Amino acid sequence: MTVSEVKPRKPWKASPKDRSVDLAIFIAAALLSFFFVDFTPMKGKLAYFATFFVFYMLIGAIFKFVTRGSASAVDIVVNTLVALGAIITVLPIGSILITVIVKGSKGLHLGLLTHDMSLATPTDPITNGGLLHAITGTLTLVTLALIMSVPIGILTALYLTEIKGIFTRPIRFLVQAMSGVPSIVAGLFILSAVLYPITKSYSGFMGSLALTILMIPTIARTSEEVLLLIPNDLREAGVALGGTQWRTVAMIVLPAARSGLVTAMILGVARIAGETAPILLLTGGADTVNPNPFKGPIGSLPYYIWKSFAAGSTESITRAWTGLLVLLGIILILFTLARILGNRKVAR
Amino acid sequence: MTPDAAAPAKREITTQPRRSDQVFRAIVTSGGLSSLIILGLISIFLGYRGFEIFRHEGLSFLTTSDWFLTTDDAGNVLDSHFGIAAMLIGTILCSAIAVTIALPISVASALFLNFYSPGWLKRILIAVVDMMAAFPSILFGIWGFLVLMPSAEYWAKLLNRYLGFVPFFKVDPPIFTRSPFVAGIVLAIMIIPIITSISREVFSQTPLDRIQAAYALGATRWAMIRAVVIPYGRGGVVGGAMLGLGRAMGETVAVYTVLNIMYQVNWQVLFGGGGNIASLIILKFGDSGPYEIKALMAAGLVLFFLTLIVNAGSDFIVRRATRVKK
Repeated sequence: MTVSEVKPRKPWKASPKDRSVDLAIFIAAALLSFFFVDFTPMKGKLAYFATFFVFYMLIGAIFKFVTRGSASAVDIVVNTLVALGAIITVLPIGSILITVIVKGSKGLHLGLLTHDMSLATPTDPITNGGLLHAITGTLTLVTLALIMSVPIGILTALYLTEIKGIFTRPIRFLVQAMSGVPSIVAGLFILSAVLYPITKSYSGFMGSLALTILMIPTIARTSEEVLLLIPNDLREAGVALGGTQWRTVAMIVLPAARSGLVTAMILGVARIAGETAPILLLTGGADTVNPNPFKGPIGSLPYYIWKSFAAGSTESITRAWTGLLVLLGIILILFTLARILGNRKVAR
Repeated sequence: MTPDAAAPAKREITTQPRRSDQVFRAIVTSGGLSSLIILGLISIFLGYRGFEIFRHEGLSFLTTSDWFLTTDDAGNVLDSHFGIAAMLIGTILCSAIAVTIALPISVASALFLNFYSPGWLKRILIAVVDMMAAFPSILFGIWGFLVLMPSAEYWAKLLNRYLGFVPFFKVDPPIFTRSPFVAGIVLAIMIIPIITSISREVFSQTPLDRIQAAYALGATRWAMIRAVVIPYGRGGVVGGAMLGLGRAMGETVAVYTVLNIMYQVNWQVLFGGGGNIASLIILKFGDSGPYEIKALMAAGLVLFFLTLIVNAGSDFIVRRATRVKK
């Protein structure tokens, strides 16, 4: 009596034959697109890209139609289209990142962090002057905006999750509406409501007021999501121990949501750090370091980038790219931080 | 013990929050109402500043396209006429182009993320798309002007050559740079992450039992998507597209760098000239006197209400789409 061992099979996995067919279709499409572009007046990388997808789709569909029928052929066409959509979504991101890094790194030098533009103009050689005023200015603006928007944003989130009064639905709606307020409108509002009637001069504070308006919805919505994740048991436990609502929220709910709230703040900062339109309207854009946000114009990264870009010479455009590289670096660091913190919150 | 011993009268149990809680609630409520206050103040102040313009121009502020102002040497306004019809139509046109381009791409990539991509790729792609939503608009503007514009011009010429018989794609003087088409592409790239993430969220809420029922009946992946996912997520996708439309309308710097502002209603999307309210404000702000600033405030108010209406509509649709199904 012989015992034959039955090997477990995985019919849902692609067999070597399926894989080699896929590979063959891929190669055939690549070759065809190469020849097609060579023999017709089309040119450019994009032409290769487009014809490759057309051929891949056609060959795949014909093959599936012959072997499996029309439903399968349609399926493979949609498959390709959907993958194409995903690639088109990612393509600009790649292009933007590469351009910024390649063009921006040309203007990087150590003096960027120690000099400001008081003795240089954007069209000077790139080693003159630096970003000190812009970086400190952006930090000042963002810090002030953070100080003003965090309490309001978190109070809004608390209202939506803890109090749940009669205004809950309208406020949720209004926060959503507020997140769609164009940045230029926020700038115009501060201009008309504060700058013209009261201070009558550009200052960093005006800029951060406008940034606050743009930041509140981000912080409020992210905090609301975080607070909703806090289990109700914790709140009930707090109240059952005889705590007032105030003490329950302040000593149990908020500490439990701490890392999520920090994530909300970071996302808020990332949202506004590169905001340009209100900065152009309100801050005046100084070329020297201005430590006082309440008096006098103040520089910032977006303003520096804008000014350099508008100057239009080769050097100044390199300056703009370098500014963008620094700005993008800051935003990406913030974003990564937020993701790490956010993941930890879920893991707990 | 007698059963008819006086039972205590029925009373209602009420709780009186403590003083500290009353204060807490008052503070939180006032904080929560801040969004209402801010939105109200925005419309009041912009309306107050722009009132003079609205009274002077009347409805022609919205229906005509001239924008001029003459002053004497002392700065007194001699003659002026402000109309934002070209800007208004241009804003709507650019964002409509953006949504037309972005919607199919976003829906495709949302479907890819939910139903096609392997887990590791999905995580990376979601992070990348979220990251893209945080890119500052000035970056899109400068990239669009320096990198995208030459390619976009080439595509515009192709479109014009092969589809030029459609009135939309006609270009009278052959100028292709800085057209609403280019601005629309830049805006589309900016709103793709927004529409993608909303569509992905809606699609991911499709009930698993229905998906598996479709597969069990022998459906291919596309047949399943068409029969289950699309009908389920349609409302959410429409809402996401409107949200993207609202964002595209309010975009300032990115449009300003790639669009040539022209005070004339232009329906030829490939022609190098168009209007945009937000860009007009940035363009005119630097060299405006007090009276012209008021006109800009009025234009800002129109933009504010436009985005508010679109946003409110999208919010309504998204909420209805996600609530009914739950």
